[in-house]
Amino acid sequence: MAAPNKRVLKEFSDCSTNPPPGCKVSLVDEANFKEWNVLIDGPANSPYAGGRFKVNFVLPDDYPFKPPVVTFKTKIYHCNVTNDATGSVCIAMLKPDAWKPASMCKQVIEAIRGLLIVPNVDDPLELEIATQYKENRVEFDKKAKEWTKKYRA
Amino acid sequence: MESEDDFNSARSTDDEMMDDVESGYSDDDFDDLEIGEEEGFDAHDKITATQKQSYEVEFKVWTPKDIDEAQLRLINEVKDVLGQSPEATAILLRYSRWNREKLIEQYMDNQAAVLEGAGLGESNSTEARVQTLTGFTCDICCDDTSPMTTFAIKCGHRFCIDCYKTYVNAKVTDEAEAARIKCPADQCNRIVDNKSMELLVPDNLTDRYHELLVRTYVDDLENLKWCPAPNCEFAIQCKVKAKELKKVVPTVHCDCGHDFCFGCAYNDHLPAPCDLVKKWVKKCEDDSETANWISANTKECPKCASTIEKNGGCNHMTCRKCKHEFCWMCMGVWSEHGTSWYNCNRFEEKSGTEARDAQAKSRQSLERYLHYYNRYANHEQSAKLDKDIYVKTEKKMTQLQNHAQLSWIEVQFLDSASKALQRCRQTLKWTYAFAFYLERNNLTEIFEDNQKDLEMAVENLSELFEKPTDQLEKMKVEMMDKTAYCNKRRIILLNDTADNLRKSRHAFWSNDLGA
Repeated sequence: MAAPNKRVLKEFSDCSTNPPPGCKVSLVDEANFKEWNVLIDGPANSPYAGGRFKVNFVLPDDYPFKPPVVTFKTKIYHCNVTNDATGSVCIAMLKPDAWKPASMCKQVIEAIRGLLIVPNVDDPLELEIATQYKENRVEFDKKAKEWTKKYRA
Repeated sequence: MESEDDFNSARSTDDEMMDDVESGYSDDDFDDLEIGEEEGFDAHDKITATQKQSYEVEFKVWTPKDIDEAQLRLINEVKDVLGQSPEATAILLRYSRWNREKLIEQYMDNQAAVLEGAGLGESNSTEARVQTLTGFTCDICCDDTSPMTTFAIKCGHRFCIDCYKTYVNAKVTDEAEAARIKCPADQCNRIVDNKSMELLVPDNLTDRYHELLVRTYVDDLENLKWCPAPNCEFAIQCKVKAKELKKVVPTVHCDCGHDFCFGCAYNDHLPAPCDLVKKWVKKCEDDSETANWISANTKECPKCASTIEKNGGCNHMTCRKCKHEFCWMCMGVWSEHGTSWYNCNRFEEKSGTEARDAQAKSRQSLERYLHYYNRYANHEQSAKLDKDIYVKTEKKMTQLQNHAQLSWIEVQFLDSASKALQRCRQTLKWTYAFAFYLERNNLTEIFEDNQKDLEMAVENLSELFEKPTDQLEKMKVEMMDKTAYCNKRRIILLNDTADNLRKSRHAFWSNDLGA
């Protein structure tokens, strides 16, 4: 599949030269355009402010017909990111029926940033964190800030 | 052999040979049970009336061709009412789960909303699907070769045709999606219509695509279900609704030979209703081994009824929980034992007798379960040996042909006997699950008598069946009689339970205790 490589190159050069605000995109390995290292600064108006989160993007061989695989490499206290070694993320646009070949990685990065500002509490991976967010916001903010400081990338 | 006609209707498809030969009916009489599509079985209607047993339900087997035609017919009918193209009508019908009345009503009510919901919203492009363009860049592969063949559906989101093809192929192959594939543009909900799909799907995938399309039709309709047998392509139509399942056990027979319950798709479980089957299967998965073990290895403390395993040591037991001291052998109070430490011979002592009575009571529910479970499992085990029995039968039939110079048709009675055995055991097995939940009333006795009669008939036939081959020829008549009797007993039992279920005359325990 030579053609989609052009797409990957184009997307990478776009994302690395013109990234969404507060983000930085680089390659994990210079020779491999299919694994991206995305650094996202915690948005100012969120408990993650001051933090920096390392997110890994792996573009599958049949990209863009299949969505990128996105994982948090920096631990984060967030209901849409699993609190384990994998750091899986739940984003609507990455689901098989929502991902379209014309969807872009840049949109995914923006969606993640959006989640840092407003988590999706109705579709959580970590139920307890979602409940806490809804019922005890003060405690949630406190813990999220604590983790942000502790695990900063 | 009038009864043969009765069980014609209950047979699985493979076993008609003898029945047909003897009764003189052709395969067609099987169709009588189906919901006639006015296809000229009128002549058989009278037979149907007398053949239909009360435990049987009406159903019809659909071939892939039938399903295809039914869809086309519906699309053609509805397209004129809505004034839409056949492709759009198909999308609309799939959107409304093939509910034609609902679709027409909603469409008349709010056309725009229905079109939007079905992914057919405002068409802002009337351009041709395929266009060869110069200076075009595909947003998927970023290729800008000029000129380029491009593709778009009504929404106008245009991509190079190769990407479009790769996209729909991946949907068809990887996600088994056909009827609800959306435009490849981000956020666009427009559905790729049938005609476009025909252009995009490569030859080697068209069959698969059509299969998936047809599938949505069956999946969407409540009265159609796929036969669950591996590789079977037929679907069954049956009118029995989910809410009726407490009163009917809708067992259907697919043309592939598989008997299953239309309600839960589980293998034929007559006479037990679906909810009991579900409860029973779950209970057996959870409990049977544990219950067996508890029954074999433990006793309850005579004072606090805690379950105790004696894992060694002497008969002088002290309950961990209530500190009660008793003798493991006679269950009596230890203090009455005196010095007979290791050898309890005080069986008749009063305290011991009482304790054993209490013990017996608490054991009752467990034993009750095991009673039914063991019989259920026994018949199930026999059913699992079906294959062996069948192979053995075939061998015997060949032997008999060579041995006694009998023709192939003349030895078919063995095949019939084997099939009757299997079928009756299947039924017997479920009568035990049924009985476990059955609350006692004056009908219970009739049920148990029927069960006993069927069991006896089955065991008698089974015994005959095991005889050496050289004796079989002489027993042909006896065997045929016993086969017919087995089948008859099964029908009597099934009709009886079906009638009682329909009239809600059976009551069932809501718990597992039988009390």
